[in-house]
Amino acid sequence: MADAMAPHAAPHGEAGETRRDFLKLTTGAFAAVGVGAIAWPFISSMNPARDVLALASTEVDLSPIAVGQAVTVMWRGKPVFVRRRAEEEIKAAREVPLSQLRDPQTDQSRVIRDPWLVVVGVCTHLGCVPLGQKPTDARGDYGGWFCPCHGSHYDTSGRIRLGPAPANLAVPEYNFTSDTQIRIG
Amino acid sequence: MAIGLHQSDFKNPVVRWIDSRLPVFTMMQKEYGTFPTPRNFNYFWNFGALAMVNLLIMIATGVFLSMHYTAHTAYAFDSVERIMRDVNFGWLLRYVHMNGASMFFIVVYIHIWRGLWYGSYKAPREILWILGVVIFLLMMATAFMGYVLPWGQMSFWGATVITNLFSAIPVVGNDIVVWLWGGFSVDNPTLNRFFSLHYLLPFVIVGVVFLHVAALHITGSNNPLGIDPKGPQDTLPFHPYYTIKDSVGLIVYFIFFAFLVFFAPNYLGHPDNYIPANPLVTPAHIVPEWYFLPFYAILRAVPDKLGGVALMFGSIAILFILPWLDTSPVRSMRFRPVAKWFLVLWGINFCILTWVGAKPAEGHYVTIARWATTYYFLYFLVILPLLGRLERPLKLPESIALPVLRGGGPIPAGAAAKPMEKA
Amino acid sequence: MSRFRNLVGALVLGAAAALNAAPARAAGEAIALPDTRFSFEGLFGTFDRGSLQRGFQVYKEVCSACHAMKQLSYRNLLEIGLTEEQARNIAAQFQVVDGPNDQGEMFERPARLSDRFRRPFANEQAARAANNGAYPPDLSVIVKARAGGADYIHALLIGYTEPPAGFNLMDGMNYNAYFPGHQIAMPNVLNPGQVEFADRTEATVDQMATDVATFLAWAAEPELEQRRQMGVRIILFLIVLGGLTYAVKRKIWADVKH
Repeated sequence: MADAMAPHAAPHGEAGETRRDFLKLTTGAFAAVGVGAIAWPFISSMNPARDVLALASTEVDLSPIAVGQAVTVMWRGKPVFVRRRAEEEIKAAREVPLSQLRDPQTDQSRVIRDPWLVVVGVCTHLGCVPLGQKPTDARGDYGGWFCPCHGSHYDTSGRIRLGPAPANLAVPEYNFTSDTQIRIG
Repeated sequence: MAIGLHQSDFKNPVVRWIDSRLPVFTMMQKEYGTFPTPRNFNYFWNFGALAMVNLLIMIATGVFLSMHYTAHTAYAFDSVERIMRDVNFGWLLRYVHMNGASMFFIVVYIHIWRGLWYGSYKAPREILWILGVVIFLLMMATAFMGYVLPWGQMSFWGATVITNLFSAIPVVGNDIVVWLWGGFSVDNPTLNRFFSLHYLLPFVIVGVVFLHVAALHITGSNNPLGIDPKGPQDTLPFHPYYTIKDSVGLIVYFIFFAFLVFFAPNYLGHPDNYIPANPLVTPAHIVPEWYFLPFYAILRAVPDKLGGVALMFGSIAILFILPWLDTSPVRSMRFRPVAKWFLVLWGINFCILTWVGAKPAEGHYVTIARWATTYYFLYFLVILPLLGRLERPLKLPESIALPVLRGGGPIPAGAAAKPMEKA
Repeated sequence: MSRFRNLVGALVLGAAAALNAAPARAAGEAIALPDTRFSFEGLFGTFDRGSLQRGFQVYKEVCSACHAMKQLSYRNLLEIGLTEEQARNIAAQFQVVDGPNDQGEMFERPARLSDRFRRPFANEQAARAANNGAYPPDLSVIVKARAGGADYIHALLIGYTEPPAGFNLMDGMNYNAYFPGHQIAMPNVLNPGQVEFADRTEATVDQMATDVATFLAWAAEPELEQRRQMGVRIILFLIVLGGLTYAVKRKIWADVKH
């Protein structure tokens, strides 16, 4: 701020001028670094805190889920759909040619171990939770999920097939800790 | 003021465009650029700027802390611990905020001392001074309520004791206390309203600070000689002379502040406030934060409930009428050979009150507190009014610039307008 | 010169006020504590990781029977130098309550890194009921919550002696040389060889007390090392910036007669 109104400074000889300019520049640079450094803790404090990060993994027991059923678990405050797909659902998902997909991904690339499909249950349009987890829910035209907010249809692999959503339901990072248990995150 | 676009002198077209519609640049230029400032400030004149910076630091850290704090008796203590442990740089924000309160009072006490020594409260700066006392009161209220928020033992019992002060008011006292609490003891409703007000009051302070600065820019600054500038030879443009001088003070202040925050963050605090609030157990020695101790000492010096409370509030209220109690036309204590020693004694007396406020209210301590309280009021109510009539002040210099340009003369050496680092 | 007197006046005002906090704190603390040389003392001290781990072991095997540390989680153990594997295994030794499950019931499961330290009692009432009416305080911030800090914790743990002749000790209380009032509900819990340290350090009472006090000091101020490192850097930076600013100030004021 200091330099904006510099004309008030009294006149100086040549040598004094250069030295002062160098001094002022250095001081200004130091002060700018200081101000920048002060901003960081404030910004950083709004990032997820360490206890939030520590809760970023969720374990799911798969044994009680019957064929064709699905469970919803919370992970990072969001629903994750875990569906035990029937043979015909898997078959349907794999028979679709990639050219028909808006966001082309093979079913195999979205699954770690059959018959389990694990996707984040958040519509990629504007963040609503699609229907299709309960047996009574509408599952949309492609037998997967249907988002009631703006009418997006997902198939049995959680891929977008119809409606405004731009992308497939995201597959979270997860791994099998045993045959009947996964850890998400 | 005439209606129509402001005639802006700025060259930059964008600045000029804005400035002609909303002359904030002209205002900044006038108030902080070319503003004629006495040329003889010493470093005591840094403390107003320091207080301003301190207020901004408190607001910034406070806003970010409140993003993580939970104002509920069951969660408040734990949410503060979560800030200290889990929130990124949470410990830094909290320790800056916590020690920032102490720094704020240190800065403001020195600022007030400057005003007392150089007579900055005298005409025509009475309103400026009164606004300053209002800021001081608001600060005390804000600091007190902030100290309650971590919901430790001292928070709880401090809140209990201070709110109970109001029960000293005859007839309606108890109803007022219940109203303040929103219940029958300091509890969750109290904590919630204190949090709300603790968030609100700093912005009220900002408003009053604005008025304080506005009033200052009408009367102009006082100076170590306490005489008015007579012309351009007596003043310098605020920028760059005082922006840079304030910057020097600011860095020194930051170093002191940083030492507290990083190496002794709990030095000024009380260990009991790390014990969660317990309404069933009063700590053995309850003391307020150090900056309230002088007033706490005055409260305890009086063996009567209403009297103590009245005297404590009176000790601050008296500052409001100080401009009229001091009858001497001479501002600066440099030219008041008698009054200055009484003021020095008052300063020492204030320190004694601070010290005795931390001691148990028994034995000699009570006696000391009573004498100190007496002198506190005596100075304002008797000594200052009398000295204005009895004292013969030294001869004032003709102008601020004169002693400098003539190189001394009849003025005492100490009065020469020499900034401190050259002395 | 009078200018200096003014400055001194102001500084005394501030300093006296600042120093006042110390006597205020010490008001109830008439007993002198033995001074322990802790690794984290001084302006630049850091926590001795070996001592922290031994201290945790003392807490886990002795103190945690009665004292909770509810602000700490098992994940925090990584900070005292345990590997993730070790911390996971320690966590798994404890059963914590989770739930409700799909049947609406609470259930117990082995603790994970993200869990808080298991509390010995469900609530304060249960703790009092099990301890003759005395409440064993939570130890998360105990070092910050006691005058004398870690020195006091150490002193208290080595302070169990026979009461002096004529001392009237109440039933169920224990004599402690360093506890204010000398009557403490907590019995002496540390005996030589009480725990077996993995690093073969001899478990004397003083050693265990020092280690657990170190551990508790860390628990109260886990940010201490980062804080001091940052402080050194920031203060050095400010000194350089201060020097530069002062030089600029001298330059700007050079042509003003004063």
